Amino acid sequence: MLDQGKSRGAISIRNVTKIYDPEGVNVMAVDDCSLEIPAGEVCMIVGPSGCGKTTLLNAIAGFHSVTNGEIFLDGEMLCGPEKPLAEQGADRMVVFQHGALFPWKTLAENVAYGPMVQNTMTKTEALDKAGEMLAEAGLGDMAAKYPGEVSSGMARRAEIVRALINDPKVLLLDEPYRAMDALTKSIMHESLLEVYDRTKVTIFFITHDLEEAIFLGDRVVVMTTRPAKTKKIVDVDIKRPRDYTTLSSNRFRELVEETKDAVHEEAVKAFEAGERELA
Amino acid sequence: MTDKTPMMTTEKRPTGLAMTIHRFSVSLKSPTPYFMAFGIFLWIAAYYLFVEGWELPRFNKLPGPVEVITEFFNPDPDWGMSLFTPEFYDHVLVSCRRIIIAFAIATGIGVPLGLFMGWSVTFRHYSFPILETLRPIPILAWVPLAILMFSGLETPVIFLATLASLFVTTLNTLLGVDSIDEEYFRAANCLGSKPHHVFIHVVVPGALPFIFTGLQISIGVAWFSLVAAEMVSGEFGLGYLIVDAYMNVTYVIMVIAMLTLGFVGWLSSALVRLAGNRLMQWRIRALALEGR
Repeated sequence: MLDQGKSRGAISIRNVTKIYDPEGVNVMAVDDCSLEIPAGEVCMIVGPSGCGKTTLLNAIAGFHSVTNGEIFLDGEMLCGPEKPLAEQGADRMVVFQHGALFPWKTLAENVAYGPMVQNTMTKTEALDKAGEMLAEAGLGDMAAKYPGEVSSGMARRAEIVRALINDPKVLLLDEPYRAMDALTKSIMHESLLEVYDRTKVTIFFITHDLEEAIFLGDRVVVMTTRPAKTKKIVDVDIKRPRDYTTLSSNRFRELVEETKDAVHEEAVKAFEAGERELA
Repeated sequence: MTDKTPMMTTEKRPTGLAMTIHRFSVSLKSPTPYFMAFGIFLWIAAYYLFVEGWELPRFNKLPGPVEVITEFFNPDPDWGMSLFTPEFYDHVLVSCRRIIIAFAIATGIGVPLGLFMGWSVTFRHYSFPILETLRPIPILAWVPLAILMFSGLETPVIFLATLASLFVTTLNTLLGVDSIDEEYFRAANCLGSKPHHVFIHVVVPGALPFIFTGLQISIGVAWFSLVAAEMVSGEFGLGYLIVDAYMNVTYVIMVIAMLTLGFVGWLSSALVRLAGNRLMQWRIRALALEGR
């Protein structure tokens, strides 16, 4: 990676509040939430469904505006009082919950899309580079296939490659492995860890799976149910590189135990509130 | 990773045609085509019995299947019209030509119009109410206006056929853009697209499945309104032929023209479907894996 690798991708969320107003009744999704994510950290956001985690991600990515507060990326303001909606840009790459590879483009075309439209590479260069990167990710044989022809695990992996080709500062993942079976999930985890060890890109990862969060993260942020606030922050002091044997280590189990109650408490609250998720 | 399955690396991707042939040969092993053949046979048998066999009241004025088919393939037709008379082809060609022009204009205007309406909210606000007001007006209600506006016999007929399919194409294209998942737009923006990239790489391909569904309906509607227009004003074409045959009490020709319409209409929507499949390989492949 680049020399300034260390100083890239620090996110600073300062007193962010988001109020939705879909039916004329104010719904607070995020309440005065602050969070510092240093460059190169894997920050896992855990919370019950519909708690406002995605709202935070949407604010960073520039999909939704914030009502109050500021978000900075490497010291530059993404959104704040004067500019509630952040500009969308290739420095912050989103990997979506349901997968958003363009189904009408082959995996290689999907990966090549970013550099092509940003004009950083010609079409041939971009396709060559895409082929290389897909091969690195073990998808070499799949490059000419359409997303509809490959498994969801492979599609998701290709989507991460599509993000990485743009050399982003931050990778924003919104429950990317939500719909996967446990076995595929563990393979996906290892490949994400491998990507992280190679690139040290800052990762903002939303999940409601606590074990996933502790396995992947440097830090696990437990959110309260709506409106979202940080409830508990757990530093994961398990050294990298990690692999699936980490899952059976004592420290891993301890951390899960330590965090479980906080998550469970919020899950119960969320369930009792029984509100629908907001987009 | 070490032993790659050779099947994957040397795999040739089947084209649309190869896939069609493959599917056809597979389908021959299933009962479906035989049921279809039997179904067609039943209809024709009933038609024959009602009209020519039992000569039931109200059916006995119609030409029966034997009469129609004999006439259709008669090199020296009794009623002056069969597969062997150039006149027959004149009528078919005139209608086909009108359809091609009307369909081309309707697609050329309707698809871009629908895409822009779906893409730009402002443009939609301007144009949607007008479209929705004009769309329910039956095509026959446009006939007098078409005759007033356009000179000659040809242009009003083409105008009427165009108009009907234009509405269908526009609306389906618009719905096609609406159907595109918001996440594809987000992904495209996130990857650094300019608006024109989004239009070319997301809006157009994303709407394509709906566009082609629309085009298949639209070519059917074009035939429908063309024939209606030819019946009202025209001196050639299959619609005209039907009315003319009715007036001259040559009912065999009437049925021949109707059957021809059915066949040509079916052929034209098959062509549209074929074009769609060629353009949407990604969709065909995904559907094929799902066994459809």
